[in-house]
Amino acid sequence: MNTSLVKYILHLGDTTLILAQQNSKWCGHGPVLEQDIALTNISLDLLGQARNFYQYAAELMNENEKSTKDFIQSLGMQTDEKITEDILAYHRKERFFFNLLLTEQPNGDWGQTILRQFLYSRFQYYLYEKLQEHPDTQIAAIAAKSIKETTYHLRWSSEWVIRLGDGTAESHERMQNAIDNLWPYTGEMFLPADFEADVKIDFSGLKNKWLDAVTSIVKQATLSLPENENKVYMHTGGKEGRHTEHLGYILTELQYMQMAFPGANW
Amino acid sequence: MPAITNDTVQKVWDMLATVADPEVPVLTILDLGIVREVKVSGTGENEKIEIIITPTYSGCPAMDMIRMNIRLVLAEEGLKNYTLTTVLSPAWTTDWMSEEGKQKLKAYGIAPPNPQQNVCTPELFQQEEAVQCPRCESWHTHRISEFGSTACKALYQCDDCREPFDYFKCH
Repeated sequence: MNTSLVKYILHLGDTTLILAQQNSKWCGHGPVLEQDIALTNISLDLLGQARNFYQYAAELMNENEKSTKDFIQSLGMQTDEKITEDILAYHRKERFFFNLLLTEQPNGDWGQTILRQFLYSRFQYYLYEKLQEHPDTQIAAIAAKSIKETTYHLRWSSEWVIRLGDGTAESHERMQNAIDNLWPYTGEMFLPADFEADVKIDFSGLKNKWLDAVTSIVKQATLSLPENENKVYMHTGGKEGRHTEHLGYILTELQYMQMAFPGANW
Repeated sequence: MPAITNDTVQKVWDMLATVADPEVPVLTILDLGIVREVKVSGTGENEKIEIIITPTYSGCPAMDMIRMNIRLVLAEEGLKNYTLTTVLSPAWTTDWMSEEGKQKLKAYGIAPPNPQQNVCTPELFQQEEAVQCPRCESWHTHRISEFGSTACKALYQCDDCREPFDYFKCH
């Protein structure tokens, strides 16, 4: 088993799972019903994408080889049970989640939730454009399937950034705060982890494309990026399992049932 | 549906034609274009069948139920030697929905998908798709939300009869 490849698949799955979980907390709390539904739809897409990645990772992790067993153990999981998508989501501890730090940041107000989605969807779109061509055909297939959904998320979140930034004084201020809060978590997206280098993820041009698009929309929204945006201190570590304090709480809620009643089923 | 080459294949397609979509029960999984292929290898007792399906949206919760309903129908018909494979590529599109399916959707009160247009591009503030009201057939409609009651639908309202309705959005 190619452990770097499996780690990368887990990284992709964890990122979409955690963002889905965060967004889903708006269910029943959105500012208007239609937008509540929009955000829960987006959560559902992201959760489905996470499932596709986990199912694929689980398939690769069920090879009966010692190196595979060692790898499973290194992620703090039992080797005597069959790995499934549920085990990957529910039986892994914080240190073994490899999601981007951006996705675990708090929902904050509507502006911060929108901006988090916008920054990630833009990145996801350009990344998956490249992943569609990845030599691993299943990664390529999941990316090609997901990007159609991401296109909706991208348009929805971008339009909201413009609407709120160029809206009232209050909504403008909230969007600007959201940019200042979340910008330090964007650098990590473009900093390849060891496993990404191993599976030859092509980062070339990705940051420029993303930054150009983000800059242009932020400008349209009459907002501004932080001063000297290239020199802002960037938090890193999510891809290696070193997280902000928020992930522990997210997993506590997400995994509660399986931790309290292992193997519980419908 | 590809050309039928074999009696068993035809029989399996006929069985699958009875499996309805759990969310939109007027549509069968064939109308939706979810079943991509039925393959047969070997003959007699060694005959093996592979059914290949593809999900509509990644997170569509109906897929687990569809897989179960397929198994139930095949079990009722006594079919055992088969595998049910899910593939993601090529990605599902509403262009695979049958004409008959589109008519059934409309009769059910859901506007059927337009042919693939520009909605899959990332351009912002695109012109809304012109969607015909499934009740009064007026083209004077507007979009309320690009996201609706399920992943596959958008919410529209008719400006003539004033009814809100679901649009099976093109994807």
